Formats: sequence, C-alpha cells, structure tokens
Amino acid sequence: MTIVIPQSFWLYFTFFALLLIDGLWCMLATRNLVRVLIGIEILMKSVTFFLIVAGYLSGRMALAQALVITVIVIEVVVVVVVAGVILGFFRKRDSLDVRNTRDMKG
Amino acid sequence: MIWLTLLLVLLVLAALWASMTTALLRATLGLALTSALLSVVMFALGATLAAVVELSVCAGLISVVLVSVTSLTQPRSLKEAVEARKNRLHRFWPLPLVLLGAGVALSFVRVPVDIILRLPAGDGDVRTVLWSMRQLDLFGQILILLAGVFGVLVLFRKEAK
Repeated sequence: MTIVIPQSFWLYFTFFALLLIDGLWCMLATRNLVRVLIGIEILMKSVTFFLIVAGYLSGRMALAQALVITVIVIEVVVVVVVAGVILGFFRKRDSLDVRNTRDMKG
Repeated sequence: MIWLTLLLVLLVLAALWASMTTALLRATLGLALTSALLSVVMFALGATLAAVVELSVCAGLISVVLVSVTSLTQPRSLKEAVEARKNRLHRFWPLPLVLLGAGVALSFVRVPVDIILRLPAGDGDVRTVLWSMRQLDLFGQILILLAGVFGVLVLFRKEAK
C-alpha cells in the first residue's frame, strides 16, 4: 500500500516542531530540576502528537494508538523515577539548581 | 480544519506558558492544560483510546506527581525569588520570538517532493493490535511499570537512621 502524504502534513509538522523547540528550550535554558522534567514532558507531548498524526495520515491509527499508549506508560515511569531522583538530590543538597549537580561524586 | 488549527495554536501557547511561567505550580498547571488540549486534538484525529489514556494519565497522574514533588521542596526566600525571576526573564524572553519565527518560516517552507510511505495493507482494531500484535511491547511495558514501582519507593523513601 502506498500513501502520498497530503499538504496538511506540513501544518501538523509545524506545530510538532514548535512544541519540540519549546520543550528543548525549557530543558536547556532552565536551572531548576523540576522544570527540566517539565521540558522533557513537553518533548514527549510533541512526539505523542506526531505519532498520532502519522497514524492519522497513513490510516494506521490502531498501530499509532498502541505505540502512543506504550509511550505514555514509559512517560509516567520516567516522570516518577526522575521525580524520585530530584527529591533525593534536594534532600542531599537542599537545592534544585542544576549547577549544583556538577560537583557530585557520581 | 480551522478549529483544529486553533486547538493546535492553543496547545503551543499552553506549552509556552508552562515553560515560561515563574511559579512551578503554574508550570504544572500549564503542562496539565497542554495534556488536556493534546487529548482533545487526539480525539479530533480519531485516536479516542489514546486520548482517554493521555487525559487520565498525563493530565491527571503526572500533574499529581509534579505537585507532590513541588510541595516536598522548600520555597525560595524573597531575595532568591526576585533574583530567579530576573534571571529567568533574561533566559526565556527570546523563546516566544523564536517560536513565532519558526512558525512563520515553517508555514512557508514546503519540500517539493511528496513523502511516500510504503506500508503493509490492513489495520485492525486498537485492542487487537495492542494485545495480539504488540505482545513484546506489553512485556516491556510490564517491566517498565515494575521500574516505576521502584521509582515510587525512592520517591517516598525515608533516610535510614
């Protein structure tokens, strides 16, 4: 089966790119660890949106939804684990500043 | 199509608010709003099951986790808050301009060739795909959920005396 992507693809692609830029900027420009997590979440939203658009345009919505549900499960686990790491860091250093992670022993 | 475009504009604006607002609780609310709008977009595109999961899990559960993390940390002093606000403005003011510029540029850019996907024919119900065709994914999801359980244990761990 061959599918030619319609012009509306570029509309969806534009909004996907904007969400991607927003998430990346949020991750890179902030110094707060919780806000880094929010940036990761925005990036995940853009990927989720693009998966759904891919399913919609190719007519494979069932497969796209199955993949999106997988992504959402992974997203939740990532958020919970990173939240735990952030809280652990806060208890050790009494700070949420990213710059304070540089001198950790690792 | 117009209302879908409007929804997508609102989606980007909510994400922009989530990344630019100073207070973490407001940022969490912005993220929940982004998830809710994304689930409406998904519903409009026909992904109803994924929309329900997105709304309940991402707009609900993740917001609760982020609010819990924020409430378990200490607030800034007034001096720190003023300093952080000034620094944030300095680092984040170009973001709306970058997004506007990228949006205008991407709305004019068109790759002259059509993108062609070659896919096998046929697509079943989402439940059939999820439970019958993606069993390895399900196994992976169970393992990842177990990792999440350990994450929750870490989240509420007490320091050993």
